Amino acid sequence: MKREYVYPAFGRFWHWTQAFLILFLAVTGFEIHGSLRFFGYEQAVRFHNGAAFSFLVLIAFAVFWHFTTDEWRQYVPTWKNVRAQAEYYLFGIFQDAPHPTRKTKLKKLNPLQKIVYASLKLFVLPLVWVSGLLYMFYRYPQKHEVLALDVTTLEPIALAHTAGAFALLVFLVAHLYLTTTGHTVTSNLKAMVTGWEDVEEEPAPGAGPSHAAATPDAR
Amino acid sequence: MKKILLALVGLAVAASLVVAQVRKKDAGPKPVEALRETYRTKTKPSVDHALFAQLKGPFRRPQDVTAACISCHNGRHTEVMASSHWSWERVEYVAGKGIRAVGKKNVLNNFCIGVAGSQQSCDKCHAGYGWADASFDFSNPMNVDCLACHDNGGTYAKKTGGAGLPEPGLDLAAVARKVGRPQRENCGMCHFFGGGGNNVKHGDLDVALLDTTREVDVHMGTDGADMACVDCHRAEKHQMLGKAYSLSSMNRNRVACESCHGAVPHEDDLLNKHGYKVACQTCHIPEYAKVNATKLRWDWSTAGKLRDGKPYEEEDGDGNHAYLSIKGTFTWGKDVVPEYAWFDGTASHYLLGETFDPSRPLVLNPLGGEYDVPEAKVAPVKVHRARQIYDTKQRVLVQPKLFSAAPGDGGYWGDFDWNAAAAAGMKEVGLPYSGSYGFAETEMNWPVNHMVAPKEKAVSCEECHAREGGRLAKVGGFYLPGRDRSRFLDGLGTTLLLATLGAVVVHGGARIWFRRRRHAGGK
Repeated sequence: MKREYVYPAFGRFWHWTQAFLILFLAVTGFEIHGSLRFFGYEQAVRFHNGAAFSFLVLIAFAVFWHFTTDEWRQYVPTWKNVRAQAEYYLFGIFQDAPHPTRKTKLKKLNPLQKIVYASLKLFVLPLVWVSGLLYMFYRYPQKHEVLALDVTTLEPIALAHTAGAFALLVFLVAHLYLTTTGHTVTSNLKAMVTGWEDVEEEPAPGAGPSHAAATPDAR
Repeated sequence: MKKILLALVGLAVAASLVVAQVRKKDAGPKPVEALRETYRTKTKPSVDHALFAQLKGPFRRPQDVTAACISCHNGRHTEVMASSHWSWERVEYVAGKGIRAVGKKNVLNNFCIGVAGSQQSCDKCHAGYGWADASFDFSNPMNVDCLACHDNGGTYAKKTGGAGLPEPGLDLAAVARKVGRPQRENCGMCHFFGGGGNNVKHGDLDVALLDTTREVDVHMGTDGADMACVDCHRAEKHQMLGKAYSLSSMNRNRVACESCHGAVPHEDDLLNKHGYKVACQTCHIPEYAKVNATKLRWDWSTAGKLRDGKPYEEEDGDGNHAYLSIKGTFTWGKDVVPEYAWFDGTASHYLLGETFDPSRPLVLNPLGGEYDVPEAKVAPVKVHRARQIYDTKQRVLVQPKLFSAAPGDGGYWGDFDWNAAAAAGMKEVGLPYSGSYGFAETEMNWPVNHMVAPKEKAVSCEECHAREGGRLAKVGGFYLPGRDRSRFLDGLGTTLLLATLGAVVVHGGARIWFRRRRHAGGK
């Protein structure tokens, strides 16, 4: 084991701000949806819209960060070792088997995470943002305006937004649980707070096949 | 160089802050405050009619007063005679019926049903003198009643059952010397008491509006803007703005909140956007009939019961008529929450002689509009329900003769004989009557426009954006956040969420169990 600085400061800031925003948007959003009452409808709408704009600003910075630091490459999905990772979660984890992939600063996501996070970033979040913006700037059928711009009903927009919200909630639950699957129950959480994580040593050449993926991609 | 740049940026920020502050102060009073100021200032008339020799009198007949008015205001009578206050009909396009002359003259309602046969009584509210029957001369300017609308002295009154003629014995010259711009009393005399009593018909037009507070009506409250009816219902050449959809059909000549308050009256854009599809009245008139009750149901079928051969009346606990032998049974409501409907400013009408299906309530004036119609907005409506007489063989509504001038003339209020009343009334409108009658359920829509509440009392978000029991629970055709959802999607989402939670519990439990076993085995 050695300590390595896995999560740089902006990455952590982005992660926790996004986590708070998504939770807050979920509470206010499901109040708007009629599932719960907490802030009161008017406040819920105001907070939800405000948080949504904050989210967009954060996203703008995060996108910039991802490209300037090449972080985006972390999320390029691969089928390599997906099976090994799935088998680990299904069987190995109960036998205290070693993680099939090794976490480093340059390779902090395992193959399953890559697939899940890439789909979040490419499909679920854009679905929520686009439907959310359409929701806010939806043009009701009205007179004296360009008819061609009218969307005739809010329903598909609202349903897409709801679907995205449920998908994010499901992700949130699974994500929170999977943070407990590090070396210790809280080691992943601590790493996301401090940036430092205990990671396995670079294996000696000829180590077990399950560690094959540990070598960072040549860049 | 860097220092200069920083200084420049600092200066720019400071300057923009100063400009923002100054601009705020320059914004002046809010529009609504400016409006209040405008209407609270009462203008003094430029002339004093008391000084005109033409109005010295004495006037023997009311028509002589009209002649005196016309001697100066020559031509004004033609304007009145072109207005619906005189003609009691308008030529309008009625949806599904074509271009028709419709108005009080020939459209039925579900209160006192219709004018025909009862002109002597109903025409107390005609802006004219002597319309007692079909022979009235609508082209005679001397029959125009100027005083009903222009008496500012509060002494003018029309005789009940007098076909629009004034109370006998009035000093008409004294009335004529105190004429001016119409006051609340002038309009209210008819528009408050339509349907045979105060606030019976509209529900939002109550004699209490003569002297009221802004809590009841933010526009008319004497502690508020203190506005007169004609401040909104402006007239150009005696054509008043505004219309009641009990009789009107077309989306024109309406009074609009926006004409004073603008299309973006709120500081909050989210509220302004509601205005695309929600009428101002929907949020700003949470209840109507705030002072006195209004009639919500009128059952004509129970009319005609007599005690000792004489008609009688019963009151409900609040002092409203619960039963009248001449009219039947009533249900009243106070502080009524309106019903809501899509409304694009058009209404169709049941026209005399049309057949209908008596097994379902007949809507006498269906309001036009649905979500997709660009002009349509959700609007508050008073719905008045009734059971009224119809011809069971021909399946048409009956125009009965109600007012009775002399026993045996068929007037129901004298003879209490529905058959005779139906025969006399239908003869008056030139329609056949089969001789057999029944009572049919009818509904009328009265869009609510008055008794606007102070903004603090406006309807809150939750009252409509509610899953169940919201004010708009029955208004369909669109997706309302907070009310609507896809049961399938919500079910699927909840199931997935619970399944994930379940998987977490099982997986986590298994990890703990295996770890314990390992530790136990290791010992």
